[in-house]
Amino acid sequence: MYNTEITQASNFVKGVDTAFLVIMGISFVFLLGLTAVMLYFIYRYNRKRHPKPIQIEGSTRLEIVWTVIPLVLVMVMFYYGWAGWKPMGKPPKDAMEVTVIGRMWNFIFEYENGRKTDTLYLPKDQAVKLNLVALDVIHSVYIPAFRVKQDMVPGKDNTFMWFIPQREGTFELYCTEYCGLNHSYMFNYVKVMESEAFNTWYSDTTAVAASAEIESATAAGRRIMQSIGCFACHSLDGSKLVGPTFKGLYGSERTVTSGGSKKVVTADDEYIRKAIFEPDAELVEGFGRGLMLSYRGQLSEDDILLIIEYLKTVQ
Amino acid sequence: MQESQSAIQASYLRTPGRFKGFLGWVTSTDHKRIGLLYLYSIATMFFVGMLLGLAMKLELVAPGKTLMEARDYNATFTVHGVIMIFMVVIPGLPAVFGNFLLPLMIGARDVAFPRINLLSWYFYVAGVVLILIALLFGPGTPDTGWTFYAPYSFKTGTNMLPAIFGAFILGFSSILTGLNFIVTIHRMRAPGMGWMKLPMFAWTLYGTAWIQLLATPVVGITLVLVALERLFGIGVFDPALGGDPILYQHLFWIYSHPAVYIMILPAMGAVSEIIPTFAQKQLFGYKALILSTMAIAFVGYLVWGHHMFTAGMSGTAQYAFSLLTFLVAIPSAIKVFNWISTMYKGSINMQTPFYWAASFIFVFMIGGFSGLVLGSLATNIHVHDTGFVVAHFHYIVFGGVGYSFMAAIHYWFPKIYGRMYDSHWANIGWILFFVGFVSLYTPMFWLGMKGMPRRYYDYLPEFHGANILSTFGSWILAMGFIVIVFNLIRAARSGPPVGPNPWNGKTMEWMVPSPPPVENFEEIPVVGENDGPYNYE
Ligand code: HEC
Ligand SMILES: [Cu+2]
Repeated sequence: MYNTEITQASNFVKGVDTAFLVIMGISFVFLLGLTAVMLYFIYRYNRKRHPKPIQIEGSTRLEIVWTVIPLVLVMVMFYYGWAGWKPMGKPPKDAMEVTVIGRMWNFIFEYENGRKTDTLYLPKDQAVKLNLVALDVIHSVYIPAFRVKQDMVPGKDNTFMWFIPQREGTFELYCTEYCGLNHSYMFNYVKVMESEAFNTWYSDTTAVAASAEIESATAAGRRIMQSIGCFACHSLDGSKLVGPTFKGLYGSERTVTSGGSKKVVTADDEYIRKAIFEPDAELVEGFGRGLMLSYRGQLSEDDILLIIEYLKTVQ
Repeated sequence: MQESQSAIQASYLRTPGRFKGFLGWVTSTDHKRIGLLYLYSIATMFFVGMLLGLAMKLELVAPGKTLMEARDYNATFTVHGVIMIFMVVIPGLPAVFGNFLLPLMIGARDVAFPRINLLSWYFYVAGVVLILIALLFGPGTPDTGWTFYAPYSFKTGTNMLPAIFGAFILGFSSILTGLNFIVTIHRMRAPGMGWMKLPMFAWTLYGTAWIQLLATPVVGITLVLVALERLFGIGVFDPALGGDPILYQHLFWIYSHPAVYIMILPAMGAVSEIIPTFAQKQLFGYKALILSTMAIAFVGYLVWGHHMFTAGMSGTAQYAFSLLTFLVAIPSAIKVFNWISTMYKGSINMQTPFYWAASFIFVFMIGGFSGLVLGSLATNIHVHDTGFVVAHFHYIVFGGVGYSFMAAIHYWFPKIYGRMYDSHWANIGWILFFVGFVSLYTPMFWLGMKGMPRRYYDYLPEFHGANILSTFGSWILAMGFIVIVFNLIRAARSGPPVGPNPWNGKTMEWMVPSPPPVENFEEIPVVGENDGPYNYE
């Protein structure tokens, strides 16, 4: 069922797949065996062939046999399941740490040097510890190829998962805890690279700066919003998603509720800054409280300026 | 024939009480009429749930939008889950067949508290109506999934409160039924019917009744806390208010895991009646089956944590729950061995109920074995919250309870209506249902192992093929269901009348006319030294 030829994608694949093989192997033998016996009985003791039943009350010896044998077998299964799972709770000390921030409906990966991406770049053969932070509701990080999964629970910031990627390539990372409207779009990619390639990518802040310089302010604004996931809730084409559309937003008149009373304000720079940092302070009419969370700490003042530049162009 | 016709005229189906027609039914405290009230209401709800399920499968036939928007899809699986779990399978066999048969099987004229019995049906209807109101009116259809996980269930702007209140009332209906059955079994057995002469179905109702009585209040409390939190922000579950969402999961599963056993025990009980009758042979290992029933009811309380292996429990809790989960597999295995051994050297009469019972054993085994994959820690991490889990619990809950329900309705149909169905069409319905079922759910095992999460409105192209097969299966299954239902409805109206005991069963419901008269037994029977529920000598 699983290919054992190629190097396994992570250090946990072997333990988990062995448990699968043991459990499913035993199960298949029993399923086929019992089904065959049952079909045989149905055939052999059909009324046509066996008109007179022979009464048997039961057999204590058999009851003991078929209690003890399954008991032993399930203990074997339990053991393999436990053995494959045990190491998942013990990250090595030298693991590289990455913080995963989940919110409705995207993940952001934050590296120790401050880099933020929407694809999880990882070096091959290096232990990685993902610190999981959920901002709004429960999400769950699942990388099927690595056989790892862990829920991220808001308010519990010490949850983590770890693994050693062992194969280069691109793998899917899904949210597996139902989290509302766009749950099924909450997935990102994991890119595992040779450690040199990774190091170049990781340390090459100049490359980013350089590209940022050639990149226009509006393109940068769009890139930031794309990578942090604003478009999960805001459309650019006038359609209403979870939040209001960005189309024609900048400079328009907005009806908002603030402190319980309604007022009309113009969507200028300050309005947008406040909408991003204190979303609930001025609620746009027709939208609920608590859906958009503050991006304070996640976006810098510079980022906001770039976003505003971009929003001006969406008319 | 003449005699059977007059049995129908003289039965509970016809005899007028104070009111006639519809009113006569909804005011009747006759356990048989209440059983049928449940049958009709549950069948209706099942039909609605099935339509929603078909809509979901149709949506998933291709990636991207096929039929509906993500919002509608999320509401659809929520409503499908709520209907199927709370309104169909939890009341399921106990409410329909338990009500109808328990007094007959133990030689009693009714349950211990007939009025409370009727009341519990009213609670059921009230709960259903409230939940339907939540779905059709107000700010939006609930979209949290049937698990109502915090804190999402506090964030969503949809109509949660009436739905929660409805589920709460349904819980009361369940508790009252459980209470009634316990007292009935303790106090109302016919003279001479010792505990060791109780039919297996009655034994499983007894086990189930205790779970209903002891576990349901936990979900009641949980739902009240959710309501208080939504209304007053008391901060028990919502981390934004200082609460703990994991606490919610614990409380939820402390009820909802035993609930699985509420559903499955009577299903096992019905099968334990049907196999001996059609093999004309004593139930193999009667005492072992009783012991395993009680073991499941008891250990079933202690395994809820296996729903939360990825939620971040402590390591010790994880492997304790895993170990207990493996233990609960043993009594289920014992049951399978005993059922198959009952067929050994029997004289098997291949009739529709037996087809259903045998295929029950098959799908139940698949459900059980996939449960081992989920009970094991390492493999659980990989397949938790994927299509694998969905396949597993449909094999157990729909495969187990559904097949057993079908077996039971085809077995006791002549007793309930005094008429026989066309077994040719019944078998065609069975094979369609079986083929559809297997092709609907088996691909989901594969999808889950490949990593497709559950509750996904949209998916990557690599998952397409298996999803097509699954959708296709759902259509075959629906066809089978329609054939079965039409066949039964026709038979209930105009099938040929049958005598009291068409299958030569030995339990006491077969001793009275079909359909039974209002007071069941003219004279309360006395169970002799050598009489027993499976005495085929
Ligand atoms: C989870 C969904 C969600 C995400 C993600 C989200 N928003 Fe919002 N946003 C909303 C909702 C709902 C509103 C309306 C309610 C309010 O004013 O808080 C809103 C309002 C706004 C407004 C005011 C709009 C108006 O029409 O006046 C701006 C500006 C805004 N968001 C910008 C952003 C930016 C920039 C991002 C990404 C950094 C973002 N939002 C991410 C849901 C979201
Ligand atoms: Cu999520």
